[in-house]
Amino acid sequence: MAFNDKQRAYYQDQLKGIQDAGIFKQERFIHSTQSADIEVEFPEGSSLKKVINMCANNYLGLSSHPEVIKAAHQGLDQRGYGMSSVRFICGTQDIHKQLEKKVSEFLGTEDTILFPSCMDANAGVFEAVLSEEDVMISDRLVHASIIDGIRLCSAMHDTFKHSNMDHLESKLQLHADKRMKMVITDGVFSMDGDTAKLDEMVALCERYDAMLLVDDSHATGFIGKTGRGTHEKYGVLGRIDIITTTFGKALGGASGGCVSGRAELVEMCRQKARPYLFSNTIAPVVVSGVLRVMGILSESTERRDKLEANAAYWRKGLTEAGFILKEGDTPIVPIMLFNAKLSQDFSKDLYEDGIFAIGFFFPVVPKGQARIRTQISAGHERKHLDRALDAFIKVGKKFDILGKTKQEVIEMYGM
Amino acid sequence: MDEMEKVVLDYVRDEYLEDEDEEIDVNTPLISGGIVDSFSMVSLKRFLENKYEISIPDEKATPEAFDTVEKICALVKEFK
Repeated sequence: MAFNDKQRAYYQDQLKGIQDAGIFKQERFIHSTQSADIEVEFPEGSSLKKVINMCANNYLGLSSHPEVIKAAHQGLDQRGYGMSSVRFICGTQDIHKQLEKKVSEFLGTEDTILFPSCMDANAGVFEAVLSEEDVMISDRLVHASIIDGIRLCSAMHDTFKHSNMDHLESKLQLHADKRMKMVITDGVFSMDGDTAKLDEMVALCERYDAMLLVDDSHATGFIGKTGRGTHEKYGVLGRIDIITTTFGKALGGASGGCVSGRAELVEMCRQKARPYLFSNTIAPVVVSGVLRVMGILSESTERRDKLEANAAYWRKGLTEAGFILKEGDTPIVPIMLFNAKLSQDFSKDLYEDGIFAIGFFFPVVPKGQARIRTQISAGHERKHLDRALDAFIKVGKKFDILGKTKQEVIEMYGM
Repeated sequence: MDEMEKVVLDYVRDEYLEDEDEEIDVNTPLISGGIVDSFSMVSLKRFLENKYEISIPDEKATPEAFDTVEKICALVKEFK
């Protein structure tokens, strides 16, 4: 047996280190569909508890939408369960091409290629379109999947300070001699809920002949007046060279992602992106569900409008109650607690009171910036938000942080 | 501190420090101290090459050689 006592002890020690550091992740078992009201088993073996979910990426409330489920059933019946193939051998069905066309129409791009996930899209896109002579310049707070994709690419990599356009410009000047330059950002930053200034970034990229890649995973379907994404919000539709996004959040929440943008760049991915070439095609059942989601989004903006109103209502309620929030206008609403233990204790008390919201702390967010991140959904009704607000206020009073400044909270609980 | 050390120290401070209160000097470990990650060494190397009109071979641009402002300046002077 290769896994001897010494090896086991080594990994037990590693896991203990993770536990001692307070960053051991424990999964909560949900016994219901994904929605505003869920039934949770936590800790393992305990009886089921009904809670309001305030931490899902289910922004549009489509994860369990009856029309999406019906379309998925039809896809299962008509196109089967699996394809047992990558796309370029025998894994491309008519519905895969339909979905690529629909996504391109929705995002206002030239072409789209599906990936098993947006993690895979980000892992594959850079290596497929850039090489040693080129440079990638990324915002310092981009998602982990982009960082992994950048690591897999041989092009030079540099960073600019978060959302700092002067710094980005200085980097574009520094790397002016490079053959291809690509600026890389998230559209909506998932931990803070702020948006990239895409109008300014597009202008800079055009001035310095750089391409622009935006990961719009926390935006597609609901940011912008018709939900096209961050590029719609900033009035730069058609001027983003590559958009990567996911079907695993607002767009039904099952799985899958894509690279969408300039036709030649998409084709390069089709020819060279390793997670596309060496990973299975998206299951027909998922493709069918996402196709219906795209239909729902094209027919009406009702859901994104409701989400926008819900997020504004939630943000206003928390602000009036005296919580410190990260500024923004997206459905990601972080409540700042600064201290890691406080964020965990706060989350625990909320759960006791029937509210499911997770505390985040270093290394997921910078030291001294621990928080509860809430994510609002069009699946939330006012009664959910009012109920959650009551619980937040109750726990906020218990810890005596309402109406306090950042400095006061830090003095009470430390960084 | 000579002029070059001052220029490099100012650059590092402006480029990499997020916390304005953080103090560094010419002997502060930058890479082993977690202030500059290996990705970000790229921009530091390019800044030095442009500023002092030199070319630092990749094999010389090691994390050890870039670990303090003092060491960085010694490396630059080698190629100046």
